[in-house]
Amino acid sequence: MKNNAVVNVALVGNPNTGKTSLFNQLTGLNQKVGNYPGITVDKKQGKCKISDSLTAEIIDLPGTYSINPTTLDETIVLDTLLNEESTSHPDLIIVVAEVENLKRNLLLFSQLKDLQIPTILTINMADQMDRKGISIDIEKLKAELKTEIVLISARKKVGIENLKNEIANYKNWNTDPVANISNKIDSEFFDKIKSDFSDFSLYKSWLLITQQENCTFLTKEQNNKIDTIKSDAEKIKKYQHKETIYRYQIINDILKRTYKVDKTQATDLRSKLDRVLTHRVFGYVIFVGILLLIFQSIFEWASFPMDLIDGFFANLSELAINNLPEGTFTNLIAEGVIPGIGGVVIFIPQIAILFLFIAILEETGYMSRVVFLMDKIMRKFGMSGKSIIPLISGTACAIPAIMASRNISSWKERLITILVVPFTTCSARLPVYAILISLIIPDKRILGIFNLQGLTLMALYFLGFAAAIVSAILLHYTLKIEKKSLFVIEMPNYKLPSVKNVFYEVVEKTKAFIFGAGKIILAISIVLWFLASNGSDTFKNAEQYVSNQSENVNLPKEDLQKKIASYKLEHSYIGNMGKMIEPVIQPMGYDWKIGIALISSFAAREVFVGALATIYSVESEGEDVGTIKERMGAEINQKTGKKRFNLATGMSLLLFYAFAMQCIGTLAIVKRETKSWKWPILQLIGMGALAYISAIVAFNIFN
Amino acid sequence: MGDTIANLKIGEKGVIDDFSLDAIPLCLLEMGCLPGKEVRLLQIAPLNDPLYIKVNGSHLAIRKEMALQINITKL
Repeated sequence: MKNNAVVNVALVGNPNTGKTSLFNQLTGLNQKVGNYPGITVDKKQGKCKISDSLTAEIIDLPGTYSINPTTLDETIVLDTLLNEESTSHPDLIIVVAEVENLKRNLLLFSQLKDLQIPTILTINMADQMDRKGISIDIEKLKAELKTEIVLISARKKVGIENLKNEIANYKNWNTDPVANISNKIDSEFFDKIKSDFSDFSLYKSWLLITQQENCTFLTKEQNNKIDTIKSDAEKIKKYQHKETIYRYQIINDILKRTYKVDKTQATDLRSKLDRVLTHRVFGYVIFVGILLLIFQSIFEWASFPMDLIDGFFANLSELAINNLPEGTFTNLIAEGVIPGIGGVVIFIPQIAILFLFIAILEETGYMSRVVFLMDKIMRKFGMSGKSIIPLISGTACAIPAIMASRNISSWKERLITILVVPFTTCSARLPVYAILISLIIPDKRILGIFNLQGLTLMALYFLGFAAAIVSAILLHYTLKIEKKSLFVIEMPNYKLPSVKNVFYEVVEKTKAFIFGAGKIILAISIVLWFLASNGSDTFKNAEQYVSNQSENVNLPKEDLQKKIASYKLEHSYIGNMGKMIEPVIQPMGYDWKIGIALISSFAAREVFVGALATIYSVESEGEDVGTIKERMGAEINQKTGKKRFNLATGMSLLLFYAFAMQCIGTLAIVKRETKSWKWPILQLIGMGALAYISAIVAFNIFN
Repeated sequence: MGDTIANLKIGEKGVIDDFSLDAIPLCLLEMGCLPGKEVRLLQIAPLNDPLYIKVNGSHLAIRKEMALQINITKL
């Protein structure tokens, strides 16, 4: 006996069965997000100690109603279960079912059981059986389904120890199939399959045959055999239908003998809530109300922690400068790495708050009602009701938003969603908007209540959504993709959100941002630091040159330092780049200094503010907008002799930042999710062109 | 005859006809939408699409285009 054996355990179940609750109970904080081998899709896994001699590596597979996939998420489930060579192939499967929808849950169970991998059934929310008038003859059900069954209440932590005890004994589980598909449908046909693929269980062979694409882990000979059988597509489709009906027959028969519901016990809360929440007027009113509440909270609650973070990193930089030995390394730490990390961390409060709301809306079951309400409207724009979640998430950060599009089954609807999400006003645009608005829009009230600056910000939000919608319509009519729409969503019962699940969800999404965007923002910050602190000979002689200029001789030391820094930046590599692009950006009303800020904000938009601060040789005290603002306000356009940041340039910049695709992290995630460079490049060029043209137009109108 | 799920009014029920088997996509069958089962229309979304139905114990929302494929006999 091995002293501490590790088994791979796959957690599989319908959505809304409490699968995630069980995963959180089993693994606690012991979870991490990794990648599935070969495909770059996040995999949630965690360790759980089963007994003194056994540890389980638990993989939380995406929720699915069936093993036959219709979405990317569901394809992962099938791949993991079929590919025995994969490192995440399970040694055993835990199926999570739920008392109320047991019948539908058992369809998935019966499919999994037939794979003949050791499988156990857990029935969740067992604590609600009495209230819902449900009684189950567990012993009989065990015998009929040829499986071990554990009743659990994942949220209340009931039954978890029983489940662990059963798992410890997994080698003795019955691995016989439940459904005999061969005899019931076409024994001759299935016997042939059985003899062709003697290495696999019959059901596994059947699944390999019914999939759209051939599997990479099979030999060429096996794939050829599959292609021959597949050639009769009509027959395959018909048999799949027959198989499903047959499975339901078996399940119905079994449940008739083991499962009773006393309908008089049932409450009618669901239909009452549905009547209000999906009402053709109140439904929308409530949804808009919730949206307003969310955005309000993001602004109100996030500003305090954001200020703290800001101050903390500014102090940290100072601390590094004062305490480390002077030199390039210290500069790298203080001016490259620390502000780089700070630039990532600053967004965490807004992102966490937004995902807190989204997690609550999903947990309660309300999100499905929103999808239902919005589907028809979104379809006019070539998207799906399910696109609402990515579009709302995009107001925090496009990266987790794009990842949230995976459950959209139609490729066209999903692609359009991915392509237009970066138009929504993400949190990185806010610092840029904030400083520009405060420069060009007077702080006045109109009609007594509305603040003009606030209204401008709101207009920019709407502009972002409008741009997303209009470009979606354009894509809808230009993209020639055959539309295979399989829109079936479950409307789950309402429930109170679990604090634990919401917490883990927020942590996970925030991590996705930190590791998706964060790494890139940090890397580019370092590159930019290098470009800004190195240059050719003029750069190296800056100190001497500036000090010797007659006008500077009598300057106080502090001012002289600022002048030197400013001169250095002008002659650094990035300064050269700024000058190089000046002719291109001039029509928008920008000079080379703004050019530097534009190039810098390619890592992340908010770098714009910091870059300008350096350029205008203002001591950058975090995001002390006050000083930067004054300095920017005083900047004079050499050619016209007027203010540089006047209404025309300001409007032009606002529009540029609203439309341009200045986020490498998003481009990388789009490449990953669409598996092609074509789409991120289209985004970069399309959004760039729109930004450029509208900035020029704005500049000329307001000038 | 000739009724589909899309013809139901809110609150009305029907039974899915046997011969619509080929027309029902597999994923809908798997959600419990089977021939011979009773289906009840619970809600219609604004703009008359999608439809919110209860079938075989499952609460589902499907688009009208799919609902039009599924023949039923009204009860």
